[in-house]
Amino acid sequence: MENQANNPISGAEAVIRCLLAEGVDLIYGYPGGAIMPIYDELYKYSDDLTHILTRHEQGATHSAQGYARTSGKVGVAMATSGPGATNLVTGIADAQIDSTPMVCITGQVASHLLGSDAFQETDIIGISTPVTKWNFQITKASEIPEIMAKAFYIARSGRPGPVLIDITKDAQFELFDYSYEKCKGVRSYVPTPTLDPKQVEAAAEAINKAKKPMIIWGQGVILGKAEEEFKAFVETSGIPSVWTILGLSALPTKHPLNFGMVGMHGNYGPNVLTNECDVLIAIGMRFDDRVTGNLETYAKQATVVHLEIDPAEISKNVKADFPVLGNCRESLAQLTSLVKHEEYAEWKQLFADHMAIEIKEVINGDTLPTKDGLTMGEVIVGINKYTKGDAVIVTDVGQHQMIACRYAEFVRSKSNVTSGGLGTMGFALPAAIGAKMGAPDREVVAVIGDGGYQMTIQELGTIFQNKTAVKIVVLNNDYLGMVRQWQQLFFDKRYASTEMTNPDFVTIAKGYHIDAQRVSKREDLDQAIETMIASDKPYFLEVCVEKEANVFPMIPTGASVSDIRLK
Amino acid sequence: MSEFTKYTISIYTENNIGLLNRVSAIFLKRHINFISFSTSQSEIPDVFRFIIVVSMTETGVKKITQQIEKQIDVIKAYYHTDEETIFQESALYKVKSSSLFEERQIQNMIKDSHANIVTVSPEYFVIEKTGFRDETEELREALAPYGLLQFVRSGRISITKEKMGISEILNSFNQQNKD
Repeated sequence: MENQANNPISGAEAVIRCLLAEGVDLIYGYPGGAIMPIYDELYKYSDDLTHILTRHEQGATHSAQGYARTSGKVGVAMATSGPGATNLVTGIADAQIDSTPMVCITGQVASHLLGSDAFQETDIIGISTPVTKWNFQITKASEIPEIMAKAFYIARSGRPGPVLIDITKDAQFELFDYSYEKCKGVRSYVPTPTLDPKQVEAAAEAINKAKKPMIIWGQGVILGKAEEEFKAFVETSGIPSVWTILGLSALPTKHPLNFGMVGMHGNYGPNVLTNECDVLIAIGMRFDDRVTGNLETYAKQATVVHLEIDPAEISKNVKADFPVLGNCRESLAQLTSLVKHEEYAEWKQLFADHMAIEIKEVINGDTLPTKDGLTMGEVIVGINKYTKGDAVIVTDVGQHQMIACRYAEFVRSKSNVTSGGLGTMGFALPAAIGAKMGAPDREVVAVIGDGGYQMTIQELGTIFQNKTAVKIVVLNNDYLGMVRQWQQLFFDKRYASTEMTNPDFVTIAKGYHIDAQRVSKREDLDQAIETMIASDKPYFLEVCVEKEANVFPMIPTGASVSDIRLK
Repeated sequence: MSEFTKYTISIYTENNIGLLNRVSAIFLKRHINFISFSTSQSEIPDVFRFIIVVSMTETGVKKITQQIEKQIDVIKAYYHTDEETIFQESALYKVKSSSLFEERQIQNMIKDSHANIVTVSPEYFVIEKTGFRDETEELREALAPYGLLQFVRSGRISITKEKMGISEILNSFNQQNKD
């Protein structure tokens, strides 16, 4: 407990001291009228706390998210009232649906002006309520220590999520006797349900009876810091394992029991065999509709075991026959001691058979193309070659995201940063900044489409100012590719507003003094990727890819996972 | 399971600004309307109780109750059928005083429906009736021909037949948070 009795400080200074007490050394934000007292304190504390000025508040939230995802710490974003606060909302919603720990601090008009439609007043508490794990408006400086402590506790505990703290300008100026105590609990909130050994035993019994079991793991493995326990469970049981997009990288790509991705553009075998397995073991995942396709025909034959920290996810979309509530780090450790090992040779052969079909029908064309146009897949394969699977791959939303997640190789966890649940175009560039700052020793490659790139392109300024050595690969097909793909397949090729007349991206990057090149021929690609990865500075690479390529396999909306299309 | 039934959702919460917004947002997100809503102090100091009546499937009400309980400041949320609760609504009726004296049957209506006269002034009088929805509704319909100046009905208030045990839950929270 830090005690500074009889030495009053301002609310604004208290905010900074609270951040430092929570171990924060890096925050993202954008100043403005209602948060100026806090920025003034940031100036004084600049030796202890680094503030990264993004070029838009949305960039601050996505950077904070990227930072949280690679560092495992709470990301912090700060903005002023009104438009500053509303610009945070997309990032907050993204963090909420992808369970990213983040604390956002917004300035607010002085408390006597609340409700008067004052300059830059907006009801950010009301606006952010549905997309925050918790939020609170502070109107007195004396509330700051307790509320800040609670904010960090709530953001990082249990199923993590975003918390927004709105602080009126008068509370920032007000002097008070500061003391800080970390939050150890909130009486109405149980972050992690206590593990019930009976649930573990029942789950183990179901698993041990299985002839064709399948594991689907999600981000819960990463958020629960359970990668080791998960690997031990997979290896001990010998059960074939597949991942959701946010679970990616928790188990190395080349692990013999890693059989690929489930979901709309996931692998053929994992999707088809979801409807053939006898026991489905879901670990830290939430059966999103992009994973399940039509729920009426999803894994109806399977006994479902669900390891989950959030009780509200149990039987929300798919009925759990054997729920195991708790942190999967704990439940997996117990489960491992109770499961038997099996080879499941015939069952695994089915995965291999389906993979052979997918390689022939889809993967060869994506990764070893013989036709003229460059494919997104061969770019990802080129990145794998030079990063050896050890890079953090940050993706935006769309075709490039699906291709990157399908083909990027990973050797360690916390290496896949993408906008999963919300599908936020514009996420990748600012998230890559945060990802690099959260893991400064790692190579960070942002793979982005030409559409999403232009939604937050201004963050090139942040990269330039901070010399953030991220590698930016724009896969340019002059289309909003995924929407165009749907228009082609489901709307009779009526390409409504999906074709883009793009600027000279290389010139733009160079305008920010970022090394840049453009590739449009296969023979130049390998060298370009090698040059990019070899650089120790920010680098921009535009790859002009085939304009009308489609991502397959694909489960059309409303179809069953077993009706996945290969073309 | 897929039939719509009337459910009473009881929510025990901390008394925090904005919590009503947070709870109602859960219904808004799912395009569900309240049939009735009321809130008051509960049996425990500083703990509030929301009573929300909705028409939903049991699967739906179960999921929404889980989402409500997930909110940080919510202590516990339950859902019950009408058979599992004792519930009432209260209604106020404002009628011209002249009709009370000119139309004798009004006095009989008040007596027969076990309503009470709350206040009488030279211009108007106010009747109060507590009961089930159909009972307050019946009186409203009966009084309507005599010129109802104002009518208002409260949200449902409800008490469960089973024990709620909120104090025990609060104690166990405190215990778990200590561990």
